[in-house]
Amino acid sequence: MRPFKYTRASDAGAAAQAVALNPRAKFLAGGTNLLDLMKEDVERPDELVDLSRLKLSEIRAAGGGVSVGALAKNSDTANHPLIRRDYPLLTQAIVAGASGQLRNMATNGGNLMQRTRCQYFYDTAMPCNKREPGTGCGAREGLNRIHAIFGWSDKCVATYPGDMANALYALDAVVRVRGAQGRERTIPVNDFHRLPGDTPEKDNNLQHGELITAVELPKSPFAKNSYYLKVRDRASYAFALVAVAAALEMNGSTIRQARVVLGGVAHKPWRSAEAEAALAGRPASEESFRRAADAALAGAKPLAHNAYKVELGKRAVVRALMRAARLV
Amino acid sequence: MPRYIGKEMSRVDGVAKVTGRAKYAAEFRAPNLAYGFVVLGAVAKGRIRDIDAREAERAPGVVRVFTHLNAPKLGQKASTEYAPPRNTREQDKSFRALQSDRIYFNAQPVALVVAETYEQARYASRLVKVAYDAERHTTDTEAVRESARAPSQGPPPKPRGNPEAAMKAAPVKVEAEYRIPVEHHNPMEPHAAVAAWAGDKLTIFDKTQDVYGVRAHLASTFGVPEADVNVVSPYVGGAFGSSLRPNYYPALTAMAARELRRPVKVVYTRTQMFTGHGHRPYTIQKIALGAEASGKLTAMIHTAVHNTSTFEEFNDNTTGFTRQVYACPNLFAPTLIVPTDLPTPTWMRAPGAVSGMFALECAMDELAYALKIDPLELRLINYAETDPESGRPFSSKALRECYRLGAEKFGWKARRMEPRSMRDGRLLVGWGTATGVWGAFQSRASARITYRADGTAHVTSATSDIGPGTYTVMTMIAAEYLGNRPEQVRFELGDTNFPRAPAQGGSQTTSSVGSAVHGAALAVAAKLLTLANQDAASPLKGAAAADVEMLDGRLRLKGDPSKSVSIPDVMRRNSLTEVTETFESRPSPERQKYATMAHGAQFVEVKVDPDLGQVRVTRAIEVTACGKIINPKASHSQEIGGVVWGIGMALTEATEIDHRYGRIMNPNLQHYHVPVNADVHEVETVFVEEDDKVVNPLGVKGMGELGMVGIPAAIANAVFHATGRRVRDLPITPDKLL
Repeated sequence: MRPFKYTRASDAGAAAQAVALNPRAKFLAGGTNLLDLMKEDVERPDELVDLSRLKLSEIRAAGGGVSVGALAKNSDTANHPLIRRDYPLLTQAIVAGASGQLRNMATNGGNLMQRTRCQYFYDTAMPCNKREPGTGCGAREGLNRIHAIFGWSDKCVATYPGDMANALYALDAVVRVRGAQGRERTIPVNDFHRLPGDTPEKDNNLQHGELITAVELPKSPFAKNSYYLKVRDRASYAFALVAVAAALEMNGSTIRQARVVLGGVAHKPWRSAEAEAALAGRPASEESFRRAADAALAGAKPLAHNAYKVELGKRAVVRALMRAARLV
Repeated sequence: MPRYIGKEMSRVDGVAKVTGRAKYAAEFRAPNLAYGFVVLGAVAKGRIRDIDAREAERAPGVVRVFTHLNAPKLGQKASTEYAPPRNTREQDKSFRALQSDRIYFNAQPVALVVAETYEQARYASRLVKVAYDAERHTTDTEAVRESARAPSQGPPPKPRGNPEAAMKAAPVKVEAEYRIPVEHHNPMEPHAAVAAWAGDKLTIFDKTQDVYGVRAHLASTFGVPEADVNVVSPYVGGAFGSSLRPNYYPALTAMAARELRRPVKVVYTRTQMFTGHGHRPYTIQKIALGAEASGKLTAMIHTAVHNTSTFEEFNDNTTGFTRQVYACPNLFAPTLIVPTDLPTPTWMRAPGAVSGMFALECAMDELAYALKIDPLELRLINYAETDPESGRPFSSKALRECYRLGAEKFGWKARRMEPRSMRDGRLLVGWGTATGVWGAFQSRASARITYRADGTAHVTSATSDIGPGTYTVMTMIAAEYLGNRPEQVRFELGDTNFPRAPAQGGSQTTSSVGSAVHGAALAVAAKLLTLANQDAASPLKGAAAADVEMLDGRLRLKGDPSKSVSIPDVMRRNSLTEVTETFESRPSPERQKYATMAHGAQFVEVKVDPDLGQVRVTRAIEVTACGKIINPKASHSQEIGGVVWGIGMALTEATEIDHRYGRIMNPNLQHYHVPVNADVHEVETVFVEEDDKVVNPLGVKGMGELGMVGIPAAIANAVFHATGRRVRDLPITPDKLL
C-alpha cells in the first residue's frame, strides 16, 4: 500500500486535532474496512491516527438509556447485558453482520463509517464518483443487482452496507462527536449518513477531524417487540440484499408506534416514515403489516438488475413485523 | 486380510499442516530474495499505446519494472512431455505475460514490479501508468453463441442412431435451456512461485498439481533442457484444477529472476487469481429428451456451447458423459466452443461432468414430471446395463445399489410427487435426486521405493496432494505391501527429482500413482526373493515373486507363512543395507475391453422460505460406487467436500462480468460467494464398494470429482419440488424464487 504516517493518539482531543490538521489523515479504529480499502488502493490516506489506546470503549447506563463507546467492539456491544436486555434489536443486527472474527475487531464508531461494498467502488480501474469524483458511476448502467432502490442519484447508486446502523436508526440513537477544538456535538443517527446527490464521495455529515466518541441509545419502548431480518445470498457472512429493522411498541394488540428501517436499499439506512405512519394505531396483524410494507416500498425506483428488491423488501418488512409482533 | 487398506487413517501430513511446518510455495525463502507484484491491465482488447514506468522505477526499493518493452521473449515450443489428463499433445499456447503490446483480456498482466519488499513492489505497482488503444471486445458468450463450433482437436461430434427422427416420433418430449455462469476455483492458498537460477539451472517452488508439466513449460519457455529445471511443490492449499496447467506466473517469476540474477517471488492476490488461472466456462446447454409413455428414452439431443479464449482452445467436454449415462439408441451430444475476450477457461472440479449433468439431470427431472413417473424410477427404467456409447460391458457398476441404498436411507418412498406438496411449518420442503458419474481414469505413473534393512522405507513419486490425502493413501499402500507400519514409511511428492507422475487431476491419482507404489513394493519383494534364493538353503526356493509377501521384516510364502526368511539377514548376506526399486505402472490392456466408470446417486432435501426465496440444503445423502476405498476417512471428506462444492455451484457461486468493460467485477471473496459453514447442514456420504479387478491392481476408481457431479442438479430438482419453480440458470439466488 502507499506509504503513510502512523501515530497513536493519547486522547480524543489530540486525535481529532491531528486529523483536522491534515486533510489526508484518517482515524484508524478496528481497521476491518479501512485497511482492506488501503490494500486495494481505494483509500489513500497519508496519515493514520490510531485510536486504539483511547478510553472510549465503555458501555454504561446513562440517563435512562445506554451510552455505548465508539471504540467498544461490535462483539462486546452485542453481548452486553444492558444491550441484550433493553435493545435486543441492536444485538440481532450486529450479529447478523460480518463474522465472529471481524466483530471482535470492528468498533461501533468504525461500523458507522463503513463504506459501500459497490464492486465499482472497489475496482480502481472502473469509474466511480464516490471513489474518484467526476469519473462517473459504473453501476448506474452496469451490474447493479446489489444496489439502491431509494434515494440514489445519477452520480451514485451505491448502498450503505452495514447492519448495526439499521438498528440504531430504529432505536433513535444519537451519535456524539468531538471536533478539533474540543467542541462536542450530537447528531441524531437519522441525520448521520447522507444520500449521494451530487457529492457521493461524502458518506456522512461529519466534518473532517470530527471523532465519534459514543453512540447514545435513549430509553426504548421496543425491547419486547423488535426483530432484525437480513436476506442475503448465503446463510452467513454476506451483505444484505435487503435487511429490515422492525420495532413495535404495543398497547395490547394495538400498535402504539413503530419503527421500520430498511437496509441494503439506499445510500443510508432507509427509515420508512410511511410504513411507520401506516402502523401507528393499527392492530398488529398481517394485513396491517402488508399495508405498511406497500407504503414502505411505494417510492422505490429500482435499477436494471434490482427490481426484485421491491418485492423482496415488501415481504421482508412483513416478515420482520410479524416476528416483532410474535405472530410467527 | 489387509492391515491398512480400507481402514481409516488420519492424515500423515495433518500435524505438519496445522502446526505450520508444511511449507507452501510462497513460504520458501532464498537469499537476497526480491518480490514481484503484477500490474493488471484495464481494457479487454486492444494494444498498449504507452506504458510509463518511470515513477514506479524511482519508488523506494524498486529493482526493476518489467513490461513488454523490456521483457525478454519467451519460447513457445511444443512440449515433449506427455500432457495433463484429457489434454492432447499440442503446442503450448498458454498465455505468457509481457510478450507484446497486445491485450487479450481485461486484467491481463501488463507489468511486473520487482522490489526489495512486497509492500514496496505493491506500492510502486500503482505508479505504473498505462495508456491503451482499446478495440471492440466480446466477453458475452450469449452474444456470440451462434458462431460456436466444434473444437479442432478430437473427433467431430457424431450422432448415434437417428436422433432427429426419433425425437420427432417421441410421444413425450421435454426441451429446455440451462445456463451456468463463469465460476472460479477459489482455493484457500493463493498461487505463488519462488524462482532461483544457478547459471542456467532453475529451481522453482510453485503451487502446482503437475510439477512435470510446469517443468516442460519452463524448459521450453527458457530454451533450457528439462533436466535443468527443478520444480518443487510439496504442499498445495487446494487447487481444484486451477493449477493443472502452467499459469503465467511461474514463467514470469523465473524470467524476472533470470534477468535480475537474483531469486524472485511472486504471489497472486485474490483478485489476480481471477484472471491468473482460468475458470469454469460460461456454458449454455440445450437439451431435448424424447421418451415413450413407459419412460423409456428414445432420443437425447444435448448441445453445449461454452467460451474459450481468442488465443487458445479449451474444451470442457460438457456433454461427454451424456453419452454414457442412460441407455438410449438415438443421441447427439456435441460440445461447441466460441472464443471471447476472456482468459482461457480451464478444468474446475468435475469439469464438464458437473455442468453437463446439471443440464441432463434437470432435464430428466422435467421428463419425469412430463411422464408422471417418479424421478428415481425414470432413472432405473433407463439404466444402462452396458456402455451405451461403446457397447462394452462396465468393468463394474454398482449404481443400481447406490440408488437403492440412497433412496432407503433418505426415505425417498415418502416423497409426494406434486410440487409444493411437502411443508415444514411455513417452509416448503423439496426432495430431489440426480445421478453422478465420472471416469475411472488411469495414466502412466512411476514411483521409487528404497526399503532399508531396519524396515523403514522412503517412497517418492512426483505427484501432488492438493488435499485429497495423497500423502496418506500412498503411505498406506506402501506399508500394506512392504509389510511394515505407516510410521516406517516416508512418502514424498511434488518434486521433479522424483519419478514421473501425471498431473493430479481427473481423479486418477490413487489409480495411477497408487498402482505405481504398489508395483514398486512388489518389485522390492521380488528383488528380495531373488537375493534370498541366492542362498542354497533358502526356504523360498522355487517360489515365484507372486507367491511371496513381505511382513514385519520377513519375506514369506503367501500359501505357507511358516516358510520365510529374515529380510535383514538376506540384505546382510548380500552386503546391502537397502534395496531400491522404481516401477512404472500403466493402464492394463484389459481395460480396453470394458467401460470403466464411477457412479453415484444423490438425494437432497431443501427447505425454501416461500416469501424470501432463501434455499437451505437441509439434508444430502450421497451414495457413490467408485471401486475400492483405500482410506474411508479421507474419502468421506472428499465426498463431503464435493457436496459443499455442489451447494456452492447450485446456490451461491457466479463470476460476474460487466460486458461493457469485459471485466470481472467480483474478483474477491466478499462478492464471489463460496458457501460458508452455515450453508452446509446434514451431509451423509456412503460408499458402495465394488470389487473391480479390471481397472487396476488396487481396484480403485476416481472419486474426488464424482462427489459433486450430481449435486447441483439434485438441488435444483429439489427446489422445483419445493416451489414448483424450475430455475435453469445457476446460481439459484433468492431473487430468482420470488
